Amino acid sequence: MNGAISRGLVVTAGLILLWQAFVWITDVPPFLLPSPGRVAAVLWERGDIIAGHAAVTLSQILGGLLLGACAGVLAALLLAAFAPARRWLLPVLLVSQAIPVFAIAPLLTLWLGFGMASKVAMAAIIIFFPVASAFLDGLRRTDPGWLDLARSMGAARGAILFRLRVPAALPALASGLRVATAVAPIGAVVGEWVGASAGLGFLMLHANARSQADVMFAALAVLAAIALALWFAVDALLRAAIPWSRETFPDEETTP
Amino acid sequence: MHHRAPALDIAIPGLAFDGRQVLGPLRVVLPAGRCTALLGPSGVGKSTLLRLVAGLIAPPDGTRIAAGDGAPLAGRMAWMAQQDLLLPWLRLRENVLLGARLRGQRADVARADALIADVGLAGRERAWPSELSGGMRQRAALARTLMEDRPVVLMDEPFSAVDAPTRHRLQDLAARLLAGRTVLLVTHDPLEAMRLAHKVLVLRGAPATAGEIAVPGAAPPRDTREASVMSAAAALLESLAA
Repeated sequence: MNGAISRGLVVTAGLILLWQAFVWITDVPPFLLPSPGRVAAVLWERGDIIAGHAAVTLSQILGGLLLGACAGVLAALLLAAFAPARRWLLPVLLVSQAIPVFAIAPLLTLWLGFGMASKVAMAAIIIFFPVASAFLDGLRRTDPGWLDLARSMGAARGAILFRLRVPAALPALASGLRVATAVAPIGAVVGEWVGASAGLGFLMLHANARSQADVMFAALAVLAAIALALWFAVDALLRAAIPWSRETFPDEETTP
Repeated sequence: MHHRAPALDIAIPGLAFDGRQVLGPLRVVLPAGRCTALLGPSGVGKSTLLRLVAGLIAPPDGTRIAAGDGAPLAGRMAWMAQQDLLLPWLRLRENVLLGARLRGQRADVARADALIADVGLAGRERAWPSELSGGMRQRAALARTLMEDRPVVLMDEPFSAVDAPTRHRLQDLAARLLAGRTVLLVTHDPLEAMRLAHKVLVLRGAPATAGEIAVPGAAPPRDTREASVMSAAAALLESLAA
């Protein structure tokens, strides 16, 4: 994973150099595209303000992640355990994903107010689906041989679900959680765009209205850093939690 | 120890899947405390018959599976498959204890460790399945099957996924540890049948019916260096290939 981080840093540094070169060559005005240096200066000068907004957004993302992941896990368990629940609720699950979150963002703000609650709800809604669908998929793909073995041993239905299907589905759940972590910031930021008084999305909207492109880029950089850090943290946690789940890309076995 | 291993009398009026007749009317008797091998070309329905006896597929109307002692069979059968079916998230000892875990019973760790030692895996109780070789995994599966301590054991090509010398050792081990139980062994290896079985049945035809083949006189596990064992295996192979 250290290799992945250093490769990522090299690519990022290369992109920043290209960006700086583009600004030098084209001499584009800073209110359209600020140079990386200018963005870094804004980050330094207004760091305390940006950090405050970042803390708000981060806590919304984490809240949404916790709430959405719990709801997704519970929904998948419910659907796996009860066939009628599958027949009646699976279509609802799909419809919930078909509605764009942008469309319900104003409603959530109306119902839950301009504070954190509406953003947490937004992030949770975005996170819910990948977690629920990945976990449910894992739960229904248990090796038939294991199920035969459990039945030949006289296992009860509950034991088959919780001691066989659930552990077997953990790698699938981990995939869902990784996707959820990657999309979680979208929910929080969209919520802030629709109506908020704090957060990186609010800061970006505010800066945009005043043509402060450098502040926008600074907020964007912080948001990207938060998203990346969160993804790596969740990935490391999941790997530690499911050590028996082996990755079997042959070309990645020797070079981590 | 297994004086109470019952004989099994299996009568099936025939079995169809999707309108295709898989098994013809069959009557198979497994003698009490003996190993019965079931052979036949692949796709003939050997595994289907075994899964039917194991209760893993719904028996067709008119099926009768009766124990010689008249008592119900539920809870008296263990099943072992071609794949080891070890759960990757459990260590070896926990895999051997799986039955008790799944039934919510108290786990007899001492007995599990004794069986692990019996199959030659002492010291590996805390190993993950992924750390074990194919032969070791199959021995672990055998220990898990024995842990169930059922008088009737149904084995579906249990040693076909390992190399020949490993298979040979596993057969000796199984013959020793399963002695006295009523065993139904589905296999496609004529030598395995002639080494381990007291009775050899061959399924053939479509829909399949069972025929019995004579076995050498010695008690299993038979010595493969015996000419009578090798020639019986060779004759069985020729008849299967015919």
